[in-house]
Amino acid sequence: MTAVVQLADVHKTYHTGEVDVHAVRGVSLEIGKGEFVAFMGSSGSGKSTLMNILGCLDRPSRGSYRLDGADVSQLGRNALADIRNRKLGFVFQNFNLLSRTSALENVELPLLYSHRRFTTRELREKGERALQLVGLGKRLDHHPSQLSGGQQQRVAVARALINEPEVLLADEPTGNLDSRTSVEIMGVFQQLNEQGITIIMVTHELDIASYAKRNIVMRDGKILTDVPVAARLDSREEMRKLEEAHKLSLE
Amino acid sequence: MRIFSTNKIALRALRRNKMRSILTALGIIIGVAAVIAMVSVGNGAKSQVEAQIASLGQNVILVFAGSFSPGGVHTGYGGVGLKLPDYQAIAREIRQVANTSPEIRSKNQVSAGNQNWFTTILGESDQYLDLREWPLAEGASFTADDVRGSKKVAVIGKTIATQLYGDESPLGQIIRIKGAPFIVLGVLSPKGLSVMGNDQDDIVIMPYTSAMKRITGNTSFGSFNVQADNAADLGVVEQQIVAILRQHHNIRPGKDDDFTVRDQEEIAAAATATSRVMTVLLAAIASVSLIVGGIGIMNIMLVSVTERTREIGIRMAVGAHGRDILLQFLIEAITISSLGGVTGILIGLGASKAMSVWLKWPTLVSVSSVVVAFLFSAAVGIFFGFYPARKASLLDPIDALRYE
Repeated sequence: MTAVVQLADVHKTYHTGEVDVHAVRGVSLEIGKGEFVAFMGSSGSGKSTLMNILGCLDRPSRGSYRLDGADVSQLGRNALADIRNRKLGFVFQNFNLLSRTSALENVELPLLYSHRRFTTRELREKGERALQLVGLGKRLDHHPSQLSGGQQQRVAVARALINEPEVLLADEPTGNLDSRTSVEIMGVFQQLNEQGITIIMVTHELDIASYAKRNIVMRDGKILTDVPVAARLDSREEMRKLEEAHKLSLE
Repeated sequence: MRIFSTNKIALRALRRNKMRSILTALGIIIGVAAVIAMVSVGNGAKSQVEAQIASLGQNVILVFAGSFSPGGVHTGYGGVGLKLPDYQAIAREIRQVANTSPEIRSKNQVSAGNQNWFTTILGESDQYLDLREWPLAEGASFTADDVRGSKKVAVIGKTIATQLYGDESPLGQIIRIKGAPFIVLGVLSPKGLSVMGNDQDDIVIMPYTSAMKRITGNTSFGSFNVQADNAADLGVVEQQIVAILRQHHNIRPGKDDDFTVRDQEEIAAAATATSRVMTVLLAAIASVSLIVGGIGIMNIMLVSVTERTREIGIRMAVGAHGRDILLQFLIEAITISSLGGVTGILIGLGASKAMSVWLKWPTLVSVSSVVVAFLFSAAVGIFFGFYPARKASLLDPIDALRYE
């Protein structure tokens, strides 16, 4: 198994006024291709900071970060932006879609910042394919306000996938969704993972973490436990249970 | 350079906020339209002044009684005035003179039949119409004999002809001025309104001798019109006029003249200077609105950057460089201001056309004002768009994404 993400003794210290905040204090880990990792931990455990570093939105204060074999820990703003564009896909808790913009245009967004120039037709084709991948092939021209939370998150996933990234990073992807939609999104994630996409997810919900293959729990900026998921949940199975429960409640 | 994509992104962003974009552009639209309309009014007035001065005749020197300070204020009044011998000396002694005419101007009631009219009466020499290059529409002018004999004859302007005689031909008809009957010899070709809005066809011209004897009873002239043979002789003629008048008026060396000599160019220079000041003033006032429009753009762009902080964060998260964001906001600002500029130009052209059609104001659209207004509006976009755009480009993606 080749490692896509390699962190070696990564530290992150924020200087806020007179106090130094040590958000991450010495994290080393490897994530291989095709893995599905869930980071867990209470707020202040450093998981979000670590996620920002993994997502190349932030640089570690100390230590090295190799993404896809290349050291990215000392790159500048623009180089990091290019890495984010080419190798990473983001899914956020609050979807972060552009309002008053069609699903298709939202999904096309990363392509517009790509080094390659795409024709309008290529843009549309790629966008449509990505939306079909998340099961939204028929809502291309809907604006976010016309979509449900689950559909919006699917658009966000499609946007994250459009540049065929090495890693899909999801920060509390189900945080704003109800339990049923959460299962749906986890279904999308598991399906993508089966197709070989590496997924790193931050969540504080234990059951959501159970859809992943590997759980890493953080506390005080360090890794507390790092274990494979023993009782892994299957989204199809969970969905079936939900349906049954729903039926029962109707009867 | 991802200029094409960035362009597409910026245009999409503008389309998403149509109303805001239009309202932002409104400031520029009004500014540019105002500049173009105002400058065209100023230029129109200027060109009309120039045409007016050209109509004084070629190479004409005007001699006025009394002396003027450069500001135009009468000083040293109380000289002997311009008398007939002065005129005769100028006409006789200066060789480089073509046409000359002394002028005596009064306002009087004129009548014919049961019609009457209040008008300006000019007493001139028989050379006056040649000097002014003012042809007759019909009939003939009075002659040197008429002048010598103080004949009761006159030529009248188009307005007088219509007011007093209606559709009838005025030729050979009687026009009564201060009780005396004058015979109408000719009708002047119409000239229309002057810059000041005076009707130039509301006039009666007669021999100066007749005017002095029958109308004013005065022996002084208001001014002399002296036409030099050609432009090169203007200086010589002016000098000789001054010399003759100083001698006739017994002005000792070192004393001020009690008359004023102006050639056409001096009058033209003064008049165009005035109208240029007016054009500049109008343009300056209009430019203020253009600047206000630019500040409006900056205002909206700043608000927009704050409001769209999260959008900027999203763009950065998916790979936008700071430069891409800078360019996007700059293109948005420039697009708004230059579209506003083009619309403003069209409205400005329409407004100056409307002013000339409905208000009958002379307007003249200058190409340079259109070009300058457009370039200025684009520059306004760059200038006022840059600060907000730069502010946006320097945002930190993490902070921007977290912005509520």
